[in-house]
Order: sequence, then structure tokens, then C-alpha cells
Amino acid sequence: MRHDPAARIIQKKTWGDFHLLRLESQALSSEAAPGQFLMVRTTDGYDPLLRRPISLHDAGGIGLEIFFRVAGRGTALLAAKKEGDILDCLGPLGKGFRLDGFGPDKTAWLVGGGRGIAPLFFLARTLLSKGAGVRVFYGGKTVSEIPLREKFESAGILLDCSTDDGSFGFAGLVTTLLEHELRAGRPDGFFACGPDPMMERAGRLALRLGLPAQLSLEAIMGCGFGVCWSCVHRIKKDNEGAWRKICEDGPVFGADEILWEEA
Amino acid sequence: MADLRADLGFLQLRNPVLTASGTFGYGMEFLSFLDLSAIGGIVVKGLYYGPREGNPPPRLVETASGLINAIGLPGVGVEHFAADVLPELRKHDATVIVNVCGDGDEEYFQVIEFLNRYDGIAAYELNISCPNVKLNGACPAMNPHMTRTIVATAKQRSRRPLVVKLSPNVTNIAEIARAAEDGGADGISLINTLLAMAVDLETRRPKLGNVFGGLSGPAIKPVALRMTYQVAQAVRIPIIGMGGICTGRDALEFMLVGARAVQVGTANFVDPAASVRIVHEIAEYCDARGIARVADIVGTLETNR
Ligand SMILES: Cc1cc2nc3c(=O)[nH]c(=O)nc-3n(C[C@H](O)[C@H](O)[C@H](O)COP(=O)(O)OP(=O)(O)OC[C@H]3O[C@@H](n4cnc5c(N)ncnc54)[C@H](O)[C@@H]3O)c2cc1C
Ligand SMILES: Cc1cc2nc3c(=O)[nH]c(=O)nc-3n(C[C@H](O)[C@H](O)[C@H](O)COP(=O)(O)O)c2cc1C
Ligand code: FES
Repeated sequence: MRHDPAARIIQKKTWGDFHLLRLESQALSSEAAPGQFLMVRTTDGYDPLLRRPISLHDAGGIGLEIFFRVAGRGTALLAAKKEGDILDCLGPLGKGFRLDGFGPDKTAWLVGGGRGIAPLFFLARTLLSKGAGVRVFYGGKTVSEIPLREKFESAGILLDCSTDDGSFGFAGLVTTLLEHELRAGRPDGFFACGPDPMMERAGRLALRLGLPAQLSLEAIMGCGFGVCWSCVHRIKKDNEGAWRKICEDGPVFGADEILWEEA
Repeated sequence: MADLRADLGFLQLRNPVLTASGTFGYGMEFLSFLDLSAIGGIVVKGLYYGPREGNPPPRLVETASGLINAIGLPGVGVEHFAADVLPELRKHDATVIVNVCGDGDEEYFQVIEFLNRYDGIAAYELNISCPNVKLNGACPAMNPHMTRTIVATAKQRSRRPLVVKLSPNVTNIAEIARAAEDGGADGISLINTLLAMAVDLETRRPKLGNVFGGLSGPAIKPVALRMTYQVAQAVRIPIIGMGGICTGRDALEFMLVGARAVQVGTANFVDPAASVRIVHEIAEYCDARGIARVADIVGTLETNR
């Protein structure tokens, strides 16, 4: 983990509430792996006080990208940054996706909803470079919530989209689309990122089908590097549930490790 | 460069900047950001006798220039701390103060007696704000009698200097400080977090799993400064001030009202190197004004018009 108080924004793209920033930072990009995240300061002052966790959308060389959706004041401040501005970031943080075993003749399905697509671009590129087959399922409420379609396609990544309102692709939840497709074929594993209810559906589906799955979880984070204990989730340990830190032990966990609250 | 040493009487510090309990882990988490021997010392995360899980999430919510935490003091317990953490800390030449917790007086004493057997601890900080389950969540810090009683016994059982950490959630902080001094405390640290809550208007639910939590960060600095000043007027033992300190100037303000040292808490989350940056900022302030010893600033607030 490194601290770069001045990662420069060299490119910015905007689609409504969604923004993509390309940054330059040797410190942050050198050890970056898919599934890891940054803690980004949104202001020089102390309000908002805390850094915001944002996934690595891509990384390579001295460049890295973040992709985010405005969710409140902190992300709105980030969205107001311009090319040439600098960002104060800590990272890369957390343990990313475990990719051992995913080489040629293996296939991985990646499932992302809304802003949850963010880490899956870096993941898809990395899997492809290892020779694995990759298929991405990308869902949103409506067509304007799946702005990265072209980016995935132009990177040569097989893409299936869904929208809740049917305005583009499959009409329904992305996990429902996944369920349909799983009747026709099986990958060697899947990877998912999105809101908790989606992660729970994806996780239970994987367990039912006996498919290995890795899920990236979210939580409100005070620090992002393991000291405040704010970001805990129930994770199986010795057949019981223990609170584990999402920022340090995750954010990626195996579907078989995660315990969901009983409804 | 200005002389930054801080004399707490019972303990000499390289400089007046310590890190606050619960915001600095057990210290090792910060090694990639700073050298533990570059700061005055570290107060480790609160220790109960056994390991503890903490509260159900959500455990933290951000508020204007602050945050409310209801982490619930999870921790590794004294045995694991003494066996695995303490030897590591000793290698890094850190001045270590242990924040002692307990659910009921007896547990505090057990923690102290267990840790008495190990070297490498400079002092204990008695966290008398821990809720006592048997007393409906009341804590010793709420009442001068309970404070004096627990401090007196803790002091008797301890082979080390004892700092007593006060809660701001009281009517008369000076009275509690005097009770701690009467009980035999070697020093006082303050403030712990302010009891607070946050609610979600849309879902009509509390934002914290535990409903209540403790407010910290820049938002509480004016309250902390006022209480530090009041306590400095009320007792003779050394005071360690904290609450919202983010810069060298913030730290110096606490010293001005009477603190001989300070602790940096929430700022560590935002800037992991905050404590060492604050040491540098204090030195720069002194050098720019020709102040030879930072200790000369302590308690020099001029209140005459
Ligand atoms: C490991 C991790 C990686 C993330 N990666 C991305 C990403 O790549 N792109 C992206 O758009 N978002 C990402 N998020 C979510 C992002 O951190 C939050 O949307 C952001 O912190 C909200 O800040 P705000 O000030 O805009 O909103 P606030 O006003 O603070 O909150 C707005 C709403 O978001 C909720 N919220 C606040 N903090 C978080 C949080 N840390 N996680 C989830 N919900 C939160 C609040 O409860 C509230 O309902 C990630 C979160 C985590 C934990
Ligand atoms: C997440 C968190 C955990 C804390 N844990 C402890 C603790 O274990 N023991 C203790 O005495 N104080 C604890 N505190 C209180 C701090 O040590 C400090 O008194 C308070 O936060 C005020 O300082 P600050 O505004 O600089 O953070 C904790 C505070 C926070 C934010
Ligand atoms: S966010 Fe602080 S421990 Fe995970």
C-alpha cells in the first residue's frame, strides 16, 4: 500500500452520473491487481472528512483508471474534478480476485451491476491476457446505467447486457440473465461485484450449482487499511461466523465463505 | 531545531504527539507510512482481558467534519497481545501505552495484572468509558465516586504509571478529573468520544447497528479544547489532550490551554502519516517563532483582557 498525494488526472469521461478518470501514478499502479481499490480524498479540507473507496477499473504502466457513479457529496466532489487536477489516493488496497488456475481452456463469467462493473474491466483484461475465456454480464436499471458497453466491446470482451426496464438487452436483473445462461452452459467459475442484494443472489446461485464464485463486497469504510474495524462482514470460520474486515481480508471473498443475515 | 521533548513526570517523551487508542490499531498497520520511533508514542487499541467481537454493522457513519463510531471495542485480548504484538512493537522502538478496558471493575484489574508481567509497556491508560453491562451500560467515568474507586484500586494493582482517560459525556469534567487525581492517577487524558446518533430520514432507521455511537474528528475540537482547559485548571497532574487534532496548530492549541502532550485519533484514518506530519508542523511553528522548547507553550493561555 502506498500514498500518492498527487496522482494527476490526465483524462476524464462522463456519462450522466457516471465518470471515468484516468490517473497517472507510479506508486499506485506498480503493484495493482484486479479487485483492489483506492481510498481517495474528495477535498483538501475536512468535510467530507473520510476518504472514499473506489475500485481500480484498470491499471498498467504508470496509468490507472477509476470508474464511479455519483452517490452523494464525496463522489459529487470527485465528479467535479477536471483533467490536470490531482487526487490524493492511498492504494492499492485489499486482496483482489484470486486468479490462479484461470489459464487457457478455462472460462470465467463476470457479473456486474451498476457501478459494480468498475473492477470487472481490469479483471476481464487480466483473465484474457492469461488466455482464459471471458464473458461479461453487465446490468443496470436502464440503458443509461450501462455506459461502458462500447469500452468492453472494443477491448474484444464478450458482453451480455440487461436492464431492469428492458430498454437494452435482456429485460430483468442481471442475475436472472445469468441464471438463464447457466442452463445453456457452465463456466469454470464466476466473479461478481454489485450491491449486497445482488451479491447475495449471485452467491446463493453459485452455491446451488456448485460453481466456484468470488464476490466483491462493499461496506462503509473509515480507513480502508484495516485499523478502524468499521467494514466488517460475517465470514465463515471454523463453521461459525466471524466478523472479518472487508478492506483488508477482502473486498473479494469466496461465495462459500460469506454468511448472509437470515431474512 | 526546537526541543520537542515532553515531560509527563512519570514518562519522558521524544515529542508531545501520541496516537489515540482505537485509531492506530496495534501500530504495525502503520509501518508503511511512518517510523514508530518518530512520534512521542502510541496508545494501542483498547484491550479487554479476552478477545471480543464488537458490534453488528453498520459500525460507522460520517457526519459534518466528523464521524460516529459504534465499533464496540473488538480486540485480540491480553494473551495474544502480550505474546504476538508486544514483541513486534519493541523491535520498532515505540513508546507503548496500553488502553485498558473492562466490563466491570474487576476486568480492568485483571488486564493490568496480566500485563504487569511483561516488559515494553510505558504506562496504562485506563479507559473508564467502557459500558458496564450489569449497570445498564453505565461507565465509571460518569460519576466521581466510581472514578475515584476504580482509579485507586487500579493504581494499587499496577506496577506502571496510570493515565486515566475521561469521557466528555458528563456534567462536570473538572470534578471527575479531581476524583481521578484523588484516586492516585499519574496523569489524565481527554477527551474520549461524544455520545451521538445519526438517523436515516428515508428508511426511518438509525444509521448505526448499535443506534448510539461516539463522535470524533474536527467537529469535536472546540468541546475537547474547552474541557482540556477546565481540567488543566482543576488538577496538578499532567494532561494529555485530544479531540479532532489534524494539524500541528491544533496540537499546539491543546498545549496552550494546558496539555503537556496530545493524541491524534481520527486524523490517522484520513492521513495515515498525520501523527508524524504534526510533529514536523509543531517543530516548524516553534522554529519560525524562535521558540526553543515546545514545553514552554504549555498552559500559557492569556485570559486577562
Ligand atoms: C471496496 C469498495 C470499492 C468501491 N468501488 C467503487 C467504484 O469503483 N465505483 C463507484 O462508483 N463506487 C464504488 N464504491 C462505492 C463508493 O465508495 C460509495 O458510493 C461512496 O463512498 C459514496 O460516497 P459519497 O460521499 O458520494 O456518498 P455518501 O453521501 O457518503 O453516501 C451516499 C450513499 O452511499 C452509501 N455509502 C457510503 N459509503 C459507502 C461505501 N463505502 N460503500 C457503499 N455504499 C456507501 C451511503 O450509506 C449512502 O446511502 C466502492 C465501495 C467499496 C467499499
Ligand atoms: C474508530 C474509533 C475507535 C476508538 N477506540 C477507542 C478505544 O479502544 N479506547 C479508547 O479509549 N478510545 C477509543 N476511541 C476514542 C479516541 O481514542 C479519541 O479519544 C477520540 O476519537 C477523540 O479524538 P479524535 O477526534 O482525534 O479522534 C476510538 C475512536 C474511534 C474513532
Ligand atoms: S475500513 Fe477501517 S478497518 Fe476496514
